[in-house]
Amino acid sequence: MASKPMKIRTKTKDGVTTVKALLSHPMETGLRKDKETGKVIPAHFIQELVCKLNGEQKAVFEFGISVSKNPFVQFELEGAAKGDSLELSWKDNQGQTDAQTVAIK
Amino acid sequence: MKRRTFMKGGVVTVVGGSAVVLGLLNSKAAFAAWNEKAFSSPSVDDALKNGFGSTETQDSDQVQIEAPDVAANGAMVQIAVDTQIPKVETIAIISEKNSRPLCCTFRPGPGVRSKVKIRIKMGKTSDVIGVVKAEGKLYTARRSVKVTAGGCG
Repeated sequence: MASKPMKIRTKTKDGVTTVKALLSHPMETGLRKDKETGKVIPAHFIQELVCKLNGEQKAVFEFGISVSKNPFVQFELEGAAKGDSLELSWKDNQGQTDAQTVAIK
Repeated sequence: MKRRTFMKGGVVTVVGGSAVVLGLLNSKAAFAAWNEKAFSSPSVDDALKNGFGSTETQDSDQVQIEAPDVAANGAMVQIAVDTQIPKVETIAIISEKNSRPLCCTFRPGPGVRSKVKIRIKMGKTSDVIGVVKAEGKLYTARRSVKVTAGGCG
């Protein structure tokens, strides 16, 4: 799916890189009902988000259904240099994926 | 002549097909197994047991949790967890009264700080618990968040 690409912002100060990411995803819980039809809206949510720095896996998020729609995450990397490549990729419960690589600022 | 063109086309398709299959396999291998049991647990204790193998937690002043006192919109509540505990394996965020309390886990690798911020959904007013797993032990900090409009419904 990934109707919109994810947004990744990085900022490095004193050797610490703050990574902020806003993913585009409906994050349906599977517990909600359609108000008009009364049918349960099937679950559709991101399960895993992997962060790689220059191809090396650095951090892994696992999400449940209680993560907000269009998830926002923030974390901090140490020792990353400006221009290093940072890749974030996710996979949802329906097997859809999205990935984006940015250069660290 | 026609036959040759056809053969060529066939070869290209086959090669292309296997490349797609390889790509799928690679992307699968990049992701570890998602802990379905923990994330579908209906209670905090079950989530802890299935996610961390223990329900024994201890409150720690080495864990800080930042959350709003009042969340006007339960569909988007920003939670931050920070810890000074060394050798952190996992940080988890649990919203006590959600129908699936375990919201997310974060596994920082080497060179990643044990500090995370994320937006979660909250069904109703309850405690949000930051759980830090380090050297097999679970340390927690909690904060009550008042939700005026639930975000799970």
